[in-house]
Amino acid sequence: MRQLLLLDWVLITALGWLAIGLVGVSFPRRLTLISRVLFPLGAIFGLVLALLALSGMVAGTQVRILPLGLPDLPFHVRLDALSGFFLFLLGATAAGISIYTAGYFRKGEGTAPGLQCLLYHIFLTSMAFVMLADDGYAFMVAWETMALSSFFLVTSEHRHAEIRRAGYLYLLVAHIGAVGILLSFGVMAGSAGDYTFDAMRDFSILGFWPTIAFLLALFGFGAKAGLLPLHIWLPEAHPAAPSPVSAMMSGVMLKTAIYGMLRVSFDLLHAQLWWWGILLLLIGLATALFGVIFSAIQTDMKRLLAYSSIENIGLIFVGFGLTLVFKSFLLPHLAALALTATLYHCLNHAFFKSLLFLCTGSVLHATGERNLGKLGGLIHRMPWVTWLALVGVLASAGLPPLNGFVSEWLLLQSFLFTSGLPQGYLNMLLPVVAAAIALIAALAGFAMVKFFGVVFLGQPREEKLSQAHDAGRLERIGLLWLAAGCILLGLFPNVVIALLDPVTRLLVGSGLRDAASSHGWWLLAPISEDRASYSPAIFFGSIALFTPLAYWAVRRYYHGRLKRVPAWDCGFPLQTSRMQDTAEGFGQPIRRIFSPFFKRTREHPSPFDTQPRYRSVVEDPLWYWLYLPIARIVDYGTRLIAFLQQGRIAIYLLYSFVTLLALLVVTRG
Amino acid sequence: MSPSLIHTIPLSGQVINLCAAIMLLLGFAMLSQRRVLTLINLFMLQGLVLFTSTLIVAITTHQNHLLWSAGLTLVLKVIALPYILHRLIRRLSVKWDVDTLLNIPTTMLVGIALVVIAFNVAQPISHLSGTITRATIGIALACVLLAFLMMITRSKAVPQVIAFLAMENGLFFAATSATYGMPMVVELGIALDVMVGMVILGVFFFQIRQQFDSLDIRHMERAKEQ
Repeated sequence: MRQLLLLDWVLITALGWLAIGLVGVSFPRRLTLISRVLFPLGAIFGLVLALLALSGMVAGTQVRILPLGLPDLPFHVRLDALSGFFLFLLGATAAGISIYTAGYFRKGEGTAPGLQCLLYHIFLTSMAFVMLADDGYAFMVAWETMALSSFFLVTSEHRHAEIRRAGYLYLLVAHIGAVGILLSFGVMAGSAGDYTFDAMRDFSILGFWPTIAFLLALFGFGAKAGLLPLHIWLPEAHPAAPSPVSAMMSGVMLKTAIYGMLRVSFDLLHAQLWWWGILLLLIGLATALFGVIFSAIQTDMKRLLAYSSIENIGLIFVGFGLTLVFKSFLLPHLAALALTATLYHCLNHAFFKSLLFLCTGSVLHATGERNLGKLGGLIHRMPWVTWLALVGVLASAGLPPLNGFVSEWLLLQSFLFTSGLPQGYLNMLLPVVAAAIALIAALAGFAMVKFFGVVFLGQPREEKLSQAHDAGRLERIGLLWLAAGCILLGLFPNVVIALLDPVTRLLVGSGLRDAASSHGWWLLAPISEDRASYSPAIFFGSIALFTPLAYWAVRRYYHGRLKRVPAWDCGFPLQTSRMQDTAEGFGQPIRRIFSPFFKRTREHPSPFDTQPRYRSVVEDPLWYWLYLPIARIVDYGTRLIAFLQQGRIAIYLLYSFVTLLALLVVTRG
Repeated sequence: MSPSLIHTIPLSGQVINLCAAIMLLLGFAMLSQRRVLTLINLFMLQGLVLFTSTLIVAITTHQNHLLWSAGLTLVLKVIALPYILHRLIRRLSVKWDVDTLLNIPTTMLVGIALVVIAFNVAQPISHLSGTITRATIGIALACVLLAFLMMITRSKAVPQVIAFLAMENGLFFAATSATYGMPMVVELGIALDVMVGMVILGVFFFQIRQQFDSLDIRHMERAKEQ
């Protein structure tokens, strides 16, 4: 018996998920088994995977050739620091989502629960294999399995036409992206002569080929990550999918694209050009700005979160681009700083966005409503969900002492050092980008205030909201796990940065371990203490100290003189819950300021209407500028090609026959 | 081929050449045959000839895996498939004469042109190949093309399937004569393909008949997307 490596244990865990799914599909209607045994078991596997991956990050590289795949074309797998980090992200997030799903699927909507269980676990396994794959072939197989299983999960309520449409859009973009990735691997493998990543690593391709491979990979992974202008599937697919699936897709699946991009840019391609970094930076910035502005004006809570995911992916790509710039100018320490910020934000986003999506799932189950205009006041009915959502919202808004702040702060820190770059234009451009990031962070805060305020605060806008019930026990455990992750990642940044050290050393050849460990666990100073430092513990301590103090003071000196009235009453004697600030009203300033970004149609009531109606629809202008023209061109092209379709088998056979003859004659000559 | 050359070819080679000639003749016979039952019998004969030639190649060249191929041919193409086809047309009660899209004499003329092309095309391959059967590559290719032509010109589903199977025969013959057969895996795969294809088409026949009350594939034109 061979010694089992860490990699083997990781593989066993990933295949364990698959086994759970197969057990689930064997008993498709046994709800108790699936929700009380299988999904919690999957959560435990997630925890195990996270722990294994953590030790895998420091254990050095391990490789294996699996007896799977086609004859003479086996799957190669590899566990190194980069895949270890993303596997940790997968395992830790999946643990929370699985345990939540155990409570969530109890109602058994849409597809049969056993099938859901299978698809969900295939999804998890395929994501693990994406991160483990060490040749282009295994990677693509895992990648496509991931896309397909998530497609079926998105369309689990396939009886609604708009959900089928959203699923189709998702599948379309996923496949176009996959073609980009495949071609990128093709370019690299074509020069290296082999499809294994090892061969690509050893062979440095020359001329303009690396750039082509990079751009193809950017297109392919960008489609999965939701980079502008390939983001359109995200706001459609997320509202359509069940909430745990949205959480999984937004929290983890988008990160597989980041993983792939990192793998291609730093591991497989050798030389990095500085303008690649600038390209990523600008695309990321545009994506982030676009995402945050659209998220601020949404009226559907899951759509709002989907756009917020686009924004976060944009920020991650900004950090990524900056890393490339630093790396290409041979500044490894700064590259390590920017990469740390990027990876840290990946982890943070996985936790807080999954948390928020799961919270919307609970709200959706309790009220059946996704429209912000029909929610409100849920803090009284759903205290658990509300307070846990508050943690996610604060993290997403980037407020200390939670995790979102740390990564955004690190990102801004890395921008402050761009003045050392040996490129005049970059020195002028990058501070502007940093300012734009500050704007994005502020707008993200705005969007999150809107999300939280409209859903949970104020008064219920509909009668039925008074029947809302809080999340169940298992759901609470899942939410608590993710919220705890948000808090811990925010409180102990030095620990996380030390963990990220092997990854940055692998990719850019430098790390922040010394900077992280030199000041103790409570003070984070990435470059030097006198330039910038952040101490989450002190923040947390002062918040913990001053909040009760302020609460006590307000109650003691302020509330004593006032009577308690409904929220946002403003002293009006007559008011209904419909008179509260709505999602549309709250977003109105943003709509005004950024109006060139939108395509907007409005219906105003005339003064004489007896039943006045106001309707405002804001759409993504890229639909009209980019996608619909492409769709028209494709439609026209297919009409031309449809001429070939005569409907007679003899003619179709004749096509092959003539082709065969022509080929024979040509090869003869 | 000059008479003096014939004496330089060993007996086995001559038998194989004879088989090839019979294959080609059967190909033309199938192309011109109007009756479905006879068509099946011709197909069975073709399978038998194929079996014989493969067996001879296997014995004279000591290629053991070709024995397996020969056995496979015998079981599948001489026994199983004709039996299935016979049963099928009994169940479907289609013993009608075949009506073709192109009249038979024209089809035969086109067939002759195809044989010329096939020989012309196969010439360089025959030069490269070192097998004792290399002269037959042109014939094998001609058989493939003739079967293809038959598939195009027939308008009923059953003759088309037979043409498809005959094409596979020609392909197999080409493989044996050019390189002493394909790797065993590929051959098994193709055999499986033929079996599965047969089953699917069988199901398909019943479906077509249910839909259109006829096996005429011209009805399928209605299925075209508008």
